[in-house]
Amino acid sequence: MKLHDAKRVAIIIEAPMQRRLTEAMERAGVTGYSVLKVQAGSGQSGRWSADAAVGKAGGLVQVVCVVRQDGLDELIEHAFPLVQRHIGIITVTDCQVLRPERF
Amino acid sequence: MEGFFDLAIDNLGSPLILSFILGLAASLARSDLSFPEAVAKALSIYLLFAIGFKGGVSVSGYGIEWGLFSALAAGVVLSAVLPFIAFGLLNVMTRLNRTDAAAVAAHYGSISIVTFVAGTSVLQSQGIVSEGYMVAVAAAMEAPAILSALWLVSGGGRERMDPGLWREILLNGSIVLLVGSFAIGIATGEKGMAQIEEFFVTPFKGVLCLFLLDMGLIAGRGIRNSRGVITPGLFAFGILMPMIGATLGLVTGLVIGLSPGGVFLLAVLSASASYIAVPAAMRVALPEADPGIYLTLSLAITFPFNLTLGLPLYLFLASAITGGPA
Repeated sequence: MKLHDAKRVAIIIEAPMQRRLTEAMERAGVTGYSVLKVQAGSGQSGRWSADAAVGKAGGLVQVVCVVRQDGLDELIEHAFPLVQRHIGIITVTDCQVLRPERF
Repeated sequence: MEGFFDLAIDNLGSPLILSFILGLAASLARSDLSFPEAVAKALSIYLLFAIGFKGGVSVSGYGIEWGLFSALAAGVVLSAVLPFIAFGLLNVMTRLNRTDAAAVAAHYGSISIVTFVAGTSVLQSQGIVSEGYMVAVAAAMEAPAILSALWLVSGGGRERMDPGLWREILLNGSIVLLVGSFAIGIATGEKGMAQIEEFFVTPFKGVLCLFLLDMGLIAGRGIRNSRGVITPGLFAFGILMPMIGATLGLVTGLVIGLSPGGVFLLAVLSASASYIAVPAAMRVALPEADPGIYLTLSLAITFPFNLTLGLPLYLFLASAITGGPA
């Protein structure tokens, strides 16, 4: 079975920014994404836990998507301004997919 | 009229406050006691609907009156003005930068609906009635403080506002539920109440106990995480600011002619600090502000203070200045 190169982009961002990020991703032509809840963690802004928060202000989510290699720059161009001022991180890794027409 | 100490002892000995203290103590002792998120959310939906509906039913008995509009206007003005006082106080008492101070100030202009619900429960225990429309005042006081904070952080200039933010603030779940159930209460009145009373009135205090137990757990986690965040100046602000807010609320309530119970509730609203709606708005509008400071202050210092000592103090003062019952 033939595998096709693609990019997997994982963006951890503050929960109140989730809708803005996914809208930006759609504008960048991303065809699909998954949103995962982040339970707890530690970073430049200190330690935090979803248990110690009321509402979504203190929470983080991870938005994961797969894009074609030539779609990566546009995605970063749309997503980075949203992450720049906020707590969060963008990682890009190489991956392979079976059905490239889906991305 | 009961003295402050009698009211405080009544309050501290109530199942509501003891549940909160249990949660606080369990959390500080690092117990693994916790509420599933969905359960906590369900409890808050129940409480918001019940309090909004009961307020609406109360208004339906008297019809829409002038006092509703003057109380709404007073609430909006208080919410808009309190951040300026908080901002000034923070500049004197702490070394917070402008952005952090403005973000904290927004929390103290807005309200904590849980403190309000606990306040209505205290009134009920004391047999004191209040204006049913205070629920609508609570909803109206959520947002103006955010605008004041953005004005403060821009130094009086025009800060660019995220266009979707206002919709999120004004349509946040608690406002929709409060206003919506208030409207249902007005529309259905006593007849509607008779149909759902057994679910929304009798179990109310028991549900509030469980919710406050969870809030105690959350506040305890906030206190545990506050090491290195809360300076003595910030701690003092977290106690002093609610008392200043309550004083303004008391005076405003008296001026607009609210009943003793209404004056008390306006004081409670003015004294309380948001920890749900405003933090979410601040993460979008002022992401540079440190959430560790404003969340810890409002949730781990001001909320427990208001719940344990603030409520009896404000009730005592409201009764003293109105000459009403307590």
